[in-house]
Amino acid sequence: MWQFQPRTFIPWYLQIVSPLIAVFFTVLLGMGLFSFLGKDPFHAMQVFFISPLSDGYNIGELLVKTAPMLLCAIGLALCYQANLWNIGAEGQLLLGAVVGSAVSLHFAESSFSVWLALIAGVLAGMVWSGIAIALRQWFNSNIILTTIMLNYIALYTLQWAVHGPLKDPDGMGFPESAMFADTQLLPILIENTRVHLGVLFALLAAVLCWVLLRFSWLGFQIRVLGHDESSAHYAGFSIRRLRWGIMLLSGALAGLAGACEVSGPIGQLIPSVSPGYGYAAIIVAWLGRLHPIGMLLSGSFLGLIYMGGDMAQIELGVPTAITGLFQGALLFLLLASDFLLKYRLVKVKSKENQNG
Amino acid sequence: MDNVLLLQILTAAIKTGTPLLLVALGEMVCEKSGVLNLGQEGMMLMGAVCGFIAAFSTGSLLLGVLAAMAAGMLMSLLFGVISMHLRANQVATGLALTIFGTGLSAFIGSSYVGQTVKGFQGIQIPVLADIPFIGKLLFSHDLLIYVSWVLVLVVGWFCVKTRGGLILRAVGENPHNANAIGLPVLTVRYLAILFGGAMAGLAGSYMSLAYTPMWMENMTGGRGWIALALVVFASWKTKNLVLGAYLFGIASIMHLVLQGLGMKISPSLLAMLPYLATLIVMIFIGSNRMKEKLSAPMSLGQTFDSRV
Amino acid sequence: MKTRIFRLLAVAALTAGCAVSAASAAEEPMKVGFIYVGPVGDHGWSYEHDRARKELEKALPGQIKTTFVENVAEGADAERVITQLAKGGNKIIFTTSFGFMNPTLKVAKKFPNVIFEHATGYKRTKNVSTYIQRAYEGRYVAGVAAGLLTKSNTIGYIASFPIPEVYRDIDATFMGAKSVNPNVKIKIVWVNSWYDPGKETDAANALIDQGVDVMMQHTDSPAPMLVAEKRGIRAVGQASDVSHFAPKAHVFSIVDNWEPHYLKTVQAVKDGSWKPQDYWGGFAEDVVKLGSINDNLPQNVKDAINTTYTKIKTGEFKPFTGPLKDNTGKEVVAAGHSMTDAELAQINWFVEGIDATVAK
Repeated sequence: MWQFQPRTFIPWYLQIVSPLIAVFFTVLLGMGLFSFLGKDPFHAMQVFFISPLSDGYNIGELLVKTAPMLLCAIGLALCYQANLWNIGAEGQLLLGAVVGSAVSLHFAESSFSVWLALIAGVLAGMVWSGIAIALRQWFNSNIILTTIMLNYIALYTLQWAVHGPLKDPDGMGFPESAMFADTQLLPILIENTRVHLGVLFALLAAVLCWVLLRFSWLGFQIRVLGHDESSAHYAGFSIRRLRWGIMLLSGALAGLAGACEVSGPIGQLIPSVSPGYGYAAIIVAWLGRLHPIGMLLSGSFLGLIYMGGDMAQIELGVPTAITGLFQGALLFLLLASDFLLKYRLVKVKSKENQNG
Repeated sequence: MDNVLLLQILTAAIKTGTPLLLVALGEMVCEKSGVLNLGQEGMMLMGAVCGFIAAFSTGSLLLGVLAAMAAGMLMSLLFGVISMHLRANQVATGLALTIFGTGLSAFIGSSYVGQTVKGFQGIQIPVLADIPFIGKLLFSHDLLIYVSWVLVLVVGWFCVKTRGGLILRAVGENPHNANAIGLPVLTVRYLAILFGGAMAGLAGSYMSLAYTPMWMENMTGGRGWIALALVVFASWKTKNLVLGAYLFGIASIMHLVLQGLGMKISPSLLAMLPYLATLIVMIFIGSNRMKEKLSAPMSLGQTFDSRV
Repeated sequence: MKTRIFRLLAVAALTAGCAVSAASAAEEPMKVGFIYVGPVGDHGWSYEHDRARKELEKALPGQIKTTFVENVAEGADAERVITQLAKGGNKIIFTTSFGFMNPTLKVAKKFPNVIFEHATGYKRTKNVSTYIQRAYEGRYVAGVAAGLLTKSNTIGYIASFPIPEVYRDIDATFMGAKSVNPNVKIKIVWVNSWYDPGKETDAANALIDQGVDVMMQHTDSPAPMLVAEKRGIRAVGQASDVSHFAPKAHVFSIVDNWEPHYLKTVQAVKDGSWKPQDYWGGFAEDVVKLGSINDNLPQNVKDAINTTYTKIKTGEFKPFTGPLKDNTGKEVVAAGHSMTDAELAQINWFVEGIDATVAK
C-alpha cells in the first residue's frame, strides 16, 4: 500500500518546484475566478501579469513597488531562519519613515539631508525591532504578539506625527509634511521612471545577504541555527548574540525601506506611507524560500500582482480585493505544496508480509 | 466619577469586549490541545462577511450567525488540514490563513459594502433589567452577549470538570504520551481547531450583525491579534479571560471617552492605548517566567507526527 | 504612366485615410477618468462621485467613455494609477481626494495635454484645477435644525481629521445652531478616519452617552445613523442620502451633487474653453442639496430648514459674515466682511462658544 514518509534529504530542485506549483495553481485559481466573474480568463491573466511589464515606465514602477518589500523580506528571511517570528516589518518600516522624515525636515538646509534621513530611518527601525527582541530575551514575551502590537503603535505614531509635529506649516492644516526639496530626495537612477536609489539598495542587500549566508562565518552560524538549534548550541555559537544581531539587522532593513519610500516615490510624509509592504514581505520571504535570490523573484512576482490588481480594475472593472485574495491563496498553496517537499510517496509492504 | 458615566463606560466595555472574549475562548481551547492558530483575523472576517451576507439575503439574523460559524469552521478546517495532515509549520499556516481570510472576505463582500441589516437589538430580561445600575449593566444586552456568557461557563466547566477537558489538556501537554496511551491526538486537535473556528466566526458575526450592522473590509481592526494576547494574559484560564476581554474593551474606547470629557490629548496617541496596554501586560506576565511556563501547554505550536 | 496612377492612388488613399481618421476622431468618445479614495459602495463621498459619473455618461451618450478606479491609496500608488489613466488616453481625470494632490501635480507635469481636476485641494497649475463643495452651507442649515430639535442643548459632531474643511463645517454647524438656540453646546469627537464604521459607531455611542441628542458626522459610513436610530436620537446624514438607514432618526441629508460641475467641465474641455480655477459649488449651483427632509420633523423645524436654505441659495445670507470671533476671543472676521473663498479654505479656528482647541 502507499504511504507518505518523511524525507531525510530534500534535493535542491524540489525547493524550486514547490513555489512554482503554488504559482501555477494560483494562476489557475485566478483564471477560474475571472471566468466566474464573467471576464475572459486569458485576457485577465494578460492584464494581471503581462501588461505591468509592457513598457519602460511600468517596469520601473515594478521595481519601485518591489524594492521596499524586498528590503523587508531579506531581514525577515534571516529572522525566520533563526525561528524568530518577526511580524513587525510594517511597523519598523513606518517608524523608519517617520524618523527619517523628521530628520530630513530638521536638516532641510543641509545638502546631506537625505543621507541623514536614511541613517535615521535605519536606526529607528533597529530600535523598533530591538524592543521586540529585548522583550523576548528579558521577559519571554511572544515575539509574534509584541511585533504586531508595535506595528499598530507605529501606525498611530505616524498619524500623530503628520497631524502634529511634522505637519507642513504652509499646508493649510492638512495632515502631510512639507514636500521634500531636491536635497532631501533620493537620486533617480533611470530617467522617466521613478526608479530611485532605494531600488539599488534592495538589490545590493539581496546580493550581500546571499554572499553573507553562503561564504561567511556569520552566515554559517545563522544557517546552522536555522537548521537545528541544539547543534548550534553544542557548537558553541552565541545564540543570544545571533538573535539580537538578526533582529536588529531586520529592523534596520525595514527602517531603510521606510526612509526610502518617503525620500523617493512619495517625497513627503503622509498618513498612508505603506499599503502593507511589511505584511506582503512575509509572503515574499516564504515564497522565495527564505533565499535572497529566490526572494528577488518572489518579490517581483508579488509586485506584479499588486500592479496587476490596479490594471485589472482599470481594464476589467474587477474589485481591488482580488489582489489580497491572490496573495493569501499563494501563501496557502505554497504551504500545501511544501508537503511534497517534506514527504514522499512510498510503496510499503503490508504488515503481515513484514512480520512474516 | 458619577454613576451614569461609570455605567456607560462599563456597558461600552462589555459591548466592545465581547468579540475579544469569543475569539479568545475559541483560541484558548485550540491552544490547550497544543495548536497555535494565528489565523484569527482571517476567520473572524470570513465569519463577519458570511454572516452579513446570509442575514442580508435571508432576513434572518439566526441564519447569519450560523453561516458565520460555518464559515469560521471551514477556514479553520483548511488550517487543520494544512498544519495537521500536511504537517506544515503552524505559525506560517496561521499567518497564511489571516492573509487569505482577509483577502477573500474583502473580495466576496465587495458588493455588500454600504448595505445594512437590522442588527441584534438589546433584550431586556424581565424583572432583572429593572434593578438599578446592575440591571442596565448586565441584563439589557443583545442575544450574542448573553450567549458569550453561557459559553464562558460551558467552556470553563468543560476544561476543568470533565474527562473531555482532561483529554484536551493531556494532548496539549504531551501528544506523544497521549498517543502512546491510545488517545486520538489528531481527532482531539481537529475538534479543538474547529471549535476555535466556530468561535472566531461567531465573534465575526457579532461585529457585522450586532456591533455595527454593516460590512466593511478589515472591519475587525486587529481584534484577532489582541485576542491572541488575551489568551496569554489569562494564562489559559477561562475566568481571567473574561476580565481581560472587558479590560481591553475599555482600553479601546478610552480615547473617545476622554475626548468627550474634554481632555485635549491627541486622538492618535489615545488610539494607541489598547495596543500599548497589551504590550505592557505581556511584559508583566512574562516577568513571572515560572508561572507562564507552568500555564502554557507544553507542546504549543509544535507539529505532531506519530511516526517521528 | 504607372507612376502617375500609383501617385494618384497614393494620394487618394491618403485622403481617404485622413477622411476616415478625421471622421472617427470626430466620433471618438472622449475618455474621462475618475479615481476614488474609497469604495463606491461607501454610501458617502466616493459613492456620490460615482453617481455623478454615471449621470454624466447618461447626459452625454456616446460622446464620452468613463473609467473609474476605486480604493486607491493616497501615496505612491496614486501616482502610478493616475499615470496609467493618463497613458490610457483619458483627456480629463478627476482625482477625488485631498491626498491625491501631490501625485496629481506630478503626473500633470508629465502630461501637459491632459486636464486634471483635483477635489478639495489648493494647488493649481495650467492644467490642474481644484473644486470643492460648499458643504458648510448645508452644515449651517443642519445646525439650525439641530438647535431647534435638541432638548438637552447638546449637539454632537463626529469629526474626521483636524483640517480646515472640518473646522469650517463644525463652525458653520455651531453658528447655525446658535442662531436659533443661544444655550446650545457642541461636543466634538475625532475618529481620525474618513470611513470606519466601527470607530464611528463607538464615537456615536460615546457622544450619546455624553448627552448628545442631535448628531452630525463628517465621516462617510451610515454607522452613526444606525446608532442614532437604535438609541432614539436624531442625526443629519452627510455626502449622500442615507435616510433609508434611519427612517425615524434621520433629519435630512446633506447631499453632494457633482454632476453639474462634471458636465460643465467636460463640455468646456470639448469646446476648448476650459481654464484652471478654484471652483466652489454650493446651494446656488445645486452642487450641495438637502435630501429627504424627514416628514416626522415638527413644522417649525421644517420651515426653518426651508427658509435658511432659500436665504443661502439666493445669496441673501452668507454663513461666514462678520463680525466673528474665534473661541480665544480674537476677531477673525471683521464686521460687514464676508469671507472670501481663499479665506474659507484656510480656516483653522473654532468659532466663539465652542469648547475645544484646534490641533497645533
